[in-house]
Amino acid sequence: MKFPVPHDVKAKTIPGTEGWERMYPYQYQFVTDDPVRNQYEKETFWFYDGLHYPEPLYPFDTIWDEAWFLALSQYNNRIFMVPPVRGVDHRMINGYVYISPVPVKNPEEIGSRVPHFMERAGHYYKNWDALEAKWKVKMEATIRELEAIEIPRLADMEDISVVMDALGESKGYHLLKNYDDLINLGIKCWQYHFEFLNLGYAAYVFFLDFVQKLFPSIPAQRVTQMISGIDVIMYRPDDELKGLAKKAIELGVDAAVCFSEEWTEVEAALKKLPKGVEWLTSLNLSREPWFNVSTGTGWFHHDRSWNDQMNVPLSGIQTYIGKIKQGVSIERPTEKVCAERDRITAEYRGLIEKEEDRKQFDELLGCAKTVFPYVENHLFYVEHWFHSVFWNKMREVGAILVEHGVIKDVEDVWLLRRDEIKQALWDVVTAWATGVTPRGTMTWPKEVEWRKGVMAKFKEWNAPPAIGTAPEVIQEPFTIVLWGVTNTSLADWAAVAEVKDPSTVKDFKGFAGSPGVVEGKARVCRTVDDIRQLQEGEILVAPTTSPSWAPAFAKIKACVTDVGGVMSHAAIVCREYGVPAVVGTGHATKIIQTGMMIRVDGSTGAISISR
Amino acid sequence: MTQAAKSAPIGTKGTKSGAGLSSAPELCWFEDVCKEDVALVGGKCSSLGELINAGVRVPPGFALTTHGYARFMRDAGVSGKIPGMLKGVGHDDLDHLESASRSIREMIEAHSFAWELEDAVAEFYRKLSVRCMVPAVPVAVRSSATAEDLPGASFAGQQDTYLWIRGVDDLLLHARRCISSLFTGRAIAYRIKMGFPHEEVALSVGFQKMANSYTAGVMFTMNPANGDRSVIAIDSNFGFGESVVSGEVTPDHFVVNKVALDIIERTICHKEITYTVDLKTQKSVKIETPYERQNVQSLIDEEVVELARMGKAIEKHYGRPMDIEWAVDKDLPAGGNIFILQARPETVWSDKRASEATENKATSAMDYILSSLLTGKKVT
Repeated sequence: MKFPVPHDVKAKTIPGTEGWERMYPYQYQFVTDDPVRNQYEKETFWFYDGLHYPEPLYPFDTIWDEAWFLALSQYNNRIFMVPPVRGVDHRMINGYVYISPVPVKNPEEIGSRVPHFMERAGHYYKNWDALEAKWKVKMEATIRELEAIEIPRLADMEDISVVMDALGESKGYHLLKNYDDLINLGIKCWQYHFEFLNLGYAAYVFFLDFVQKLFPSIPAQRVTQMISGIDVIMYRPDDELKGLAKKAIELGVDAAVCFSEEWTEVEAALKKLPKGVEWLTSLNLSREPWFNVSTGTGWFHHDRSWNDQMNVPLSGIQTYIGKIKQGVSIERPTEKVCAERDRITAEYRGLIEKEEDRKQFDELLGCAKTVFPYVENHLFYVEHWFHSVFWNKMREVGAILVEHGVIKDVEDVWLLRRDEIKQALWDVVTAWATGVTPRGTMTWPKEVEWRKGVMAKFKEWNAPPAIGTAPEVIQEPFTIVLWGVTNTSLADWAAVAEVKDPSTVKDFKGFAGSPGVVEGKARVCRTVDDIRQLQEGEILVAPTTSPSWAPAFAKIKACVTDVGGVMSHAAIVCREYGVPAVVGTGHATKIIQTGMMIRVDGSTGAISISR
Repeated sequence: MTQAAKSAPIGTKGTKSGAGLSSAPELCWFEDVCKEDVALVGGKCSSLGELINAGVRVPPGFALTTHGYARFMRDAGVSGKIPGMLKGVGHDDLDHLESASRSIREMIEAHSFAWELEDAVAEFYRKLSVRCMVPAVPVAVRSSATAEDLPGASFAGQQDTYLWIRGVDDLLLHARRCISSLFTGRAIAYRIKMGFPHEEVALSVGFQKMANSYTAGVMFTMNPANGDRSVIAIDSNFGFGESVVSGEVTPDHFVVNKVALDIIERTICHKEITYTVDLKTQKSVKIETPYERQNVQSLIDEEVVELARMGKAIEKHYGRPMDIEWAVDKDLPAGGNIFILQARPETVWSDKRASEATENKATSAMDYILSSLLTGKKVT
């Protein structure tokens, strides 16, 4: 399979973006001035990480990419000593991230890593539950630390307590230090993120692999179905909404809860009712931590949480109140899902001809079931809870920069790299201490405006799905399970990229996410705000979904997403609700328009549009 | 004759191994036999009896048994003449083989059944027509070989399926054609080579109500492409299934997940020909598929799933993967219109599996993950 040379792709600079490289870390660049590195880059296979980055990265948001660049690679290569793979290398073109797993090439070295891997990974697999319990404690402590971080404003005169308590430190120093603490906590949180994840995915991938060897035609989703129905935290925010809907009816305040789409109005109305106040107390208990769920994937600063956008959970609660009043059950059909899971598992197991294979199946299924909760639950802790709090702390940093004239708007802070923010803060605190004007007030606003223009142009660019030289074998478990990199998926990506005029496409494909076939009216929801427009029985078409979209799934007949594999949120939730899903279609939100009649085949991944 | 009629009273539901039949019936209903009755009614008819008794929807019919066959050969004096006609013919003497085959087959086809046997066939046929509530019900006449392991028998069993046969005279004529196919040049040569006496071969002929099929085809309760037992593969085309069985069209192809019964693969092909019945002549004909239907899916999704469900039940009954012929009848309402015409154990993959030694020992999940990591995943 032939793909474009990375350096050729990069060389075609979009007019008006010349110099964009300074917005990102220098080691992310494809280079031409270093022959050895240049050769390595040409001979390597790079694929666009569209799964995590449907859009170009803002300079600040690069933090999580660097964080997982480090964390994933170190766990593979320096901690667990995964025998045949090192880490995953990263590059960037026009704000889009390209990644590549790095193999261990020397067979002797692979062999020498085996005993270490067995000892180290073995320790985690053997003590999984106990170590996972420890992980939760560490993670929650980290989040508490984050919540406690103060981003101090710089007063004209420091508080008297600085003198009386002989503190010996200024708010200027605290600002610098706390910004560093904030960043360091973020990096630490991502260290924890990968502590179990690759091992979890490996257990899952090779269970999948084993079952597919026995049954070459088995869809991946059937294998994932064998580990469905396990209670995971991801459902908790949605369960809270259901509980609040029931509570509102019990207390007789459901009419007040439903009277407006605006949370502020509903809240004001409830405060006037004694039972309303009681309901608000329950709500506040739910909000921490469960409303820290992001309305996106949590990877980007623009993914706001329910707590930031109370209209979103409000709409969910209202949907559930409506359902309860119509006498419709709002519970996930967990028992049905479990019964179906057990039936499917037993039937496949019964089709295995050899006793040895049946034993291996049991062994691997058991392991996959053990790791599954972590694979799902880490998302809530890291991408949702931690990130939601983190983004808001960063907004406080942005507010300081606005106050001192370095940027115009809080949201401009994302156009700076995190090290540039540190420099700007130095500029601010030294100028504040000295009583002069920060230099950045003249330089940053102009640069930020230019960068905004660059970002807008980057968004228009179509990132090629793969560049460089395709390898023969991929071993990195992540690459396989998350990105589903196989020759077929590469070909599909290539085909999707060739779609020139979306209005002529009638049939296209994605991954079969949740089985079943339905026809119905499409509703394109680009953000979680749009799910309020969803009508009962429509087919949800979204870039991707996350736990905050949960209320949508109680209404829809099927779901189609641009990004994601069989383990993505949309696929998992659809299987739990028993509705079809096709995920990772690439361009569904560009091709499908609201109101179109579409047919979704969640068993084959096919989508057809009646035009 | 009356022996056969007595021996197979209508309405007697099938019991195991031809029980209820006299020791040497010349005709019998499908439902009165089961899969152990290969010696009596051959592989095809015994398997149809087995299916009917397992509750599978199979078009009704009856068989001329091997006793009936033997009587015909005896009455016609054919048995006695054959050794003489083949005297001195070598298995590689092609010209001589062909001419001997031609004379023997002409002799068989020209000879009438004994009137008692003719009456018995007529009576079974009348009762079948009454049961089907169709006057002179169209039937498929097929030979049913008794020795599946004998390639000579499979020569006989391959080509001689006669579709849409009506009226007792035509039934008898085509029965004789089935019998005569035991004496094709190749079949004779094979028996000579293997030293198998010609007078010991035996055949049964099945007369099965013809499904007036809108669509028909074959189904494997596994994936014939890779041996995957978790799926059911279905090939279909409009009209009678002969176009699919013979390979004259590239049929529509469906792969159904056996566990969840959902369609995971669907390939709709360009299907140029259809076997159907010419209503004027009442004969089976091969026609060009109407242009507007050539690229249309020949089996609707609900039927695909229903068929797979039936396939799964048949596999369960036999306890092994099966190769099945089926048809969807256009005269009957949905829900009761899919028929199984034939079912036999799949052999290719089953034999391959049995010969494969167990390669892997089960290991701990950890060891498996390690060895898989070391192997990696092929991309190109």
